[in-house]
Amino acid sequence: MSTTEIRFSGFGGQGIIRCALITGKALALYDDKFATMTQSFGPEARGSACSAQLVVSAQRVLYPYITAPTVLMALSQDAYDKYHPELGHGGTLIVEEDLVKLGGHDPRLQVWRVPATRVAESLGNRLFTNLVALGFFTAVTGVVTAEAMKRALPGLVPDRFLKVNIKSFEQGYEHGVQLREAQAPAP
Amino acid sequence: MNIVHADPRGVDSGAHFMDGDHAIAEGALAAGCRFFAGYPITPSTETAERFAERAPEVGAMFIQMEDEIASIAALIGAAWGGQKAMTVTSGPGFSLMMENIGLAAMTETPIVLANVQRGGPSTGLPTLTAQQDMFQARFGSHGDYNIIALCPDSPQECFDLTVEAFNLAEAYRTPVFIMTDETVGHMHEKVVIPPADQIKVVERNLFTGPKEDFRPYRFDCQGGHPMTRAGDGYRFHVTGLTHDERGYPLMTPAQNQVVVTHLIEKINGNAEHIIRLEEDQVEGAEVVVISYGITSRIAVRAVAEARKKEIKVGSLRLITVWPFCEQRIRELAGQVRAIVVAEINYGQMVREVERCAAGRCQVVSVNHCGGAVHDPEVITKAIEEACR
Repeated sequence: MSTTEIRFSGFGGQGIIRCALITGKALALYDDKFATMTQSFGPEARGSACSAQLVVSAQRVLYPYITAPTVLMALSQDAYDKYHPELGHGGTLIVEEDLVKLGGHDPRLQVWRVPATRVAESLGNRLFTNLVALGFFTAVTGVVTAEAMKRALPGLVPDRFLKVNIKSFEQGYEHGVQLREAQAPAP
Repeated sequence: MNIVHADPRGVDSGAHFMDGDHAIAEGALAAGCRFFAGYPITPSTETAERFAERAPEVGAMFIQMEDEIASIAALIGAAWGGQKAMTVTSGPGFSLMMENIGLAAMTETPIVLANVQRGGPSTGLPTLTAQQDMFQARFGSHGDYNIIALCPDSPQECFDLTVEAFNLAEAYRTPVFIMTDETVGHMHEKVVIPPADQIKVVERNLFTGPKEDFRPYRFDCQGGHPMTRAGDGYRFHVTGLTHDERGYPLMTPAQNQVVVTHLIEKINGNAEHIIRLEEDQVEGAEVVVISYGITSRIAVRAVAEARKKEIKVGSLRLITVWPFCEQRIRELAGQVRAIVVAEINYGQMVREVERCAAGRCQVVSVNHCGGAVHDPEVITKAIEEACR
C-alpha cells in the first residue's frame, strides 16, 4: 500500500492550511482516496512558520501524522530551512522562488521553483499566491487531479473570489505542466 | 423507546471534508439538539462556532454563557424545558462543570457534553492532545452516580457517536460524554452524513397520562422513565436533594440507597445494551492491545508490526469507555497471556483493566502524559515484551 505524505509550509496568513484543506478535500471527496489533514495549531500557526500535514492513501489512514514526507511545499525561507531536512531521498521540494533562497538541501531531491507571488500579482493580488502554488503542486506531483482540486474550491475560498482563485490555480498548473514537460527541475 | 427519523432540517447530508469538532456539532444537530450553551475553550471552540453558525438555519438556540458552570446549568434547564441540549469543553471547563454534572445525574436529566481533551492538569497544554480526563468523566462529581462516555477515533465517528450520545441520553435519562481529544477534534477527514431518513433518533419520552398520575421519577433500575416539560401543566419538582418519585426531597438513608442504586444500576444493568467494542483477531491471541480514541489508530499500526513478527496479537477498541466492559475483560484475562493498554495519560483506564483481570493475566501499561500521540514502535515493543 503506498502512502504519500505531504507537508505544506510557509508563514501564517499565506493560506498554508487552506492549501492542505483544498487538497485533502479534493482527494477525499473527488479522487476517491483517503486523506487525513492535521495542522500546526495555536500561537505557532499565526505568524512565523506555519505548517499542515496531509497523509494520502488508497486505504484508510491510521497514523494521522507524516513521518517520512515525500512532498514539501515551502512558501517561506523559515519553512524551507525548517522542513527540508525531513524530506527523504527522491522527495519532491516545491519552493516559492522569490521567497526562498535555496541552499543546503539533499541534492537528490527533485526541486521545483515556482514564481507564485509574481503570477498572483499579475492576476491582481498576491493573496492568490497559495492557489498558484497549489496549481503548480498539482501539475508536478500528480498526487491529485486538477479536476478534483477545482471542484474542491467552492466553500473553501470566498464565493466572490472563486473565479480568480480558479484562474490562479490554472495558471500555476499550466506553468507546472510546462516545466514538467521540459523535464527541467531546478538544479 | 420512541425512535424516529432525524428531522431533515438539522441534517447536512452528503460528503464533507471536516474536522472532528465540526462533526460533533453536525451530529448534535442531526440528533435533534436545538439548544447549545457553552463557553469557548481550546481545543473545543470549533464545535461551538459551527453550532452557532448553523443554529439560525435549523431554528436552534445558541448561548455563549458567562462560564462553564452556567453553561451546564443552562443545559439542565433547557432539557427540563423539553430540549435536547449540549455543550462542549476541555479540561479546565470540564472541571468547572463537575458540580452540575452531578446535578444532571441526580435529576436524571438527558444532556450531552463533549470534552475535546487537552493536556492537563490545570490549564496544562491548551493546544496539545491528551486522554487525561477519562476518570474525571466517570468519577469527577461528588457522591455515587453513573454516566455513559463514548470515545470517537475519527471525525466520522465524532458525527456518528454524537448522534448515539443523544440517543443514549434519552434512553437512559443520563448525562452522556463524548470523550474525544485535540487530535481527533482538529483532524480533517471525509465525513459522510447520511440522509435524514437513515439516521435513527430517540425522541424525548414525554408523559401523556392524567396530570395527577405524573411522577418524574421511578427508581426501578431502568432508564427512560417519561419526563415532562416545564410549563405543560404537570406538577413536579427537580432538586439535587435525595428525592421521592414526585421529585420532592426525602432525605433519609433508605431513600438515598434507593435513588443511588437506581442511578448506578440503570446503566450497569443495561451495560450489555450500551457497550460497543471493536475487536480484531482477539480469538487465539496471546496478547491483546486495548486502546481508545486517537490512540487506537496508532495502536493498529503497532499491532500490524507485531504481527509481521509472527506474534499472535489482537486489538480491542473501547468505543464505549463508560460503563466499562468488565465482563469482556474478565473473559479475555482467562484466555490471553497479557493485555497491553495504551493511552495518553499516566495510566487511567489500565486501572479498570487491572481490576477486571484480577491477576489472571499480565497487564502492561504503555502510557505517557499529555501532548503527543504514541510512537507506534513503543507499543510494538511492549507487545513483544509482554509475550516473552
